[in-house]
Amino acid sequence: MRGVYMKNEPLLEVNGLKTYITLENKKQAKAVDGVDFVIHKGETTALVGESGSGKSMTSMSIMRLIPEPSGKIVEGSIKLEGKELLKLSEKQMEKVRGNEIGMIFQDPHSSLNPVFTIGMQIAEPLRKHKKMKKKEAYKKAVELLVMAGLPNADQIVKMYPHQLSGGMVQRVVIAIAMSCDPKLIIADEPTTALDVTIQSQILGLMTELKDQTNSAVLMITHDIGVVSEAADKVMVMYGGQIVEKASVKELFRNPKHPYTIGLLASVPRIEVEQERLESIQGTVPPSHAFPKGCRFAPRCKHAIEACTKTVPELIESSNDHEVRCILYRGEETRPCDNHEQRNTN
Amino acid sequence: MYIYVIRRILLFIPMLIAVSFIVFMLAFIAPGDPLTGERIDPAVDAEVLDQRREALGINDPFYVQYFDWLGSVAKGELGNSINYNSRTVEGLILSRIDNTLYLSVFSLLFTIIVALPIGIYSARKPYSLLDYGATTFAFLGLAIPNFFAGLLLIYVFAFQLGWFPSQGSVSTVGLSGFDYFFDKIRHLILPGTTLGLASTAIYMRYIRSEMLDVMTSDFIRAVKAKGMGNRSVLYKHTLRNALIPVITLLGFEFGMLLSGAVITEAVFNYPGLGTLFLDSIINRDYPVIMGINLILSVTILVGNLLADICYAVVDPRIRYD
Repeated sequence: MRGVYMKNEPLLEVNGLKTYITLENKKQAKAVDGVDFVIHKGETTALVGESGSGKSMTSMSIMRLIPEPSGKIVEGSIKLEGKELLKLSEKQMEKVRGNEIGMIFQDPHSSLNPVFTIGMQIAEPLRKHKKMKKKEAYKKAVELLVMAGLPNADQIVKMYPHQLSGGMVQRVVIAIAMSCDPKLIIADEPTTALDVTIQSQILGLMTELKDQTNSAVLMITHDIGVVSEAADKVMVMYGGQIVEKASVKELFRNPKHPYTIGLLASVPRIEVEQERLESIQGTVPPSHAFPKGCRFAPRCKHAIEACTKTVPELIESSNDHEVRCILYRGEETRPCDNHEQRNTN
Repeated sequence: MYIYVIRRILLFIPMLIAVSFIVFMLAFIAPGDPLTGERIDPAVDAEVLDQRREALGINDPFYVQYFDWLGSVAKGELGNSINYNSRTVEGLILSRIDNTLYLSVFSLLFTIIVALPIGIYSARKPYSLLDYGATTFAFLGLAIPNFFAGLLLIYVFAFQLGWFPSQGSVSTVGLSGFDYFFDKIRHLILPGTTLGLASTAIYMRYIRSEMLDVMTSDFIRAVKAKGMGNRSVLYKHTLRNALIPVITLLGFEFGMLLSGAVITEAVFNYPGLGTLFLDSIINRDYPVIMGINLILSVTILVGNLLADICYAVVDPRIRYD
């Protein structure tokens, strides 16, 4: 543990974030369209959603690595410990990336440069941010690899990425992300490309390292299983907006948004006998052609006429549980039966 | 790494034998021999010519001729020229190859020096004015045939402007030291540029597209996420990966340069291997033709070997296979 900390101290505050992408046909895709959330120190927050829901764009916006000039953060605010990231110059932002915010990517093999040694790639941020000498940085690289659970680290530093397995490389990527003691780690689908057996090891490692260093994790995933295993809080994203926010326990026990309910129902459950797996009809609308009202309305079983008029606000339906659905306005009813009962049909 | 290189070198041997066979075969099946054609006095008796053929071994069966030739090639003897007062072929080639080598090296350097910075710039600022200019130049460079580009350069820079000589490899005899060196260089500029034009165009485009390709790859995003600056991202991570295929191509290029120089040398009347080659073809001087063919094939093979070795040096993924 690195000193005493207040669990509720906010680390990252994102407010009204809008990131638009200009497509080749000049249309604007609202990849992230008004996202607000807070990540507290020591927490793991999961950002869940289908592909195309804008979750990766949210993380790239925090890193300010949106591909320019087609992509642009149009408005909003991203504060890391009160420091406004969107106002930093590119040079200042370089000091945040890899130093205050570490990042872990989906496919470990393609997130390392194939022509440089592992040691060089871990040493690189240390030399830049911590001004370490070459020798010192390599020594630290070995320590980091050991910490990431790679025993023969002094040999691995001399190796190239293609000589290691996927799970080993992801440990290397985690070591790189952790190298400069970041306050926040953004993990973009960190286990998607890995074998199931390796997945929970990697998640376990991340949680362990997070607790050791008192950092916070923003875990981006489409895998509900990963959420239940590793996260404290969940945000469900749909069509560039957050549609539901709650603690993991609360969300699994009491999902509110019809989309979340559908998402949970589409997870196979071993204890329930099912003929067919539930699925949500239709696909995520493309972000340049969102429907006028609620973005989920065209796929929603409970949609009423009012849903197609205006985009609903995110409302706090109960303690620390927010949902963007018109059906919860001022009432405490669920739009449908308990989804677990439905599963047994 | 060593095993890889040794394996490559071993593969080199059967290829060399195959090449020697093809070189000989081509000369063998070509119609006519040095004693046919208009250069031979028609008054000479056919019987005398036949005796001459017998003495030269032209009437021997294919395999006898081939193994005779191969035997002497193995000893480093490529036979005697029929045309140049029976000088040895290896002697003739050696007297010319240095000029061709200068020309090749000059054009290769020209290619690298011009294509690399422009290619990198085009990738950094795609669709900028300079990028469009480079693209236009690249298409022109590829579309204009070598001999025409050569004539164009001669017209503009030798006749109109008079900056560079249009002929030969050295102007006045009696120059020495630095003067001699600079005179050589001055003579190289026009033919060297001509020879390098097409490959410069190709490499420019190649470096541009490779750089753009690497720039959008996941690991470059990951490097940026580590907080690396622009320079490191561009010149260390991107360029290093973008150059892998380029370096490999350069190996092949070097092998190709010697043979590519034939036409350019003819245009500039440059006394290299190419002009010797053309003369020999016109005179049906088969020993010289075979000798040069062999040398050119061997340089291409060596170029390929170099390319393979370079590839392994720059790409660790190849080294350990």
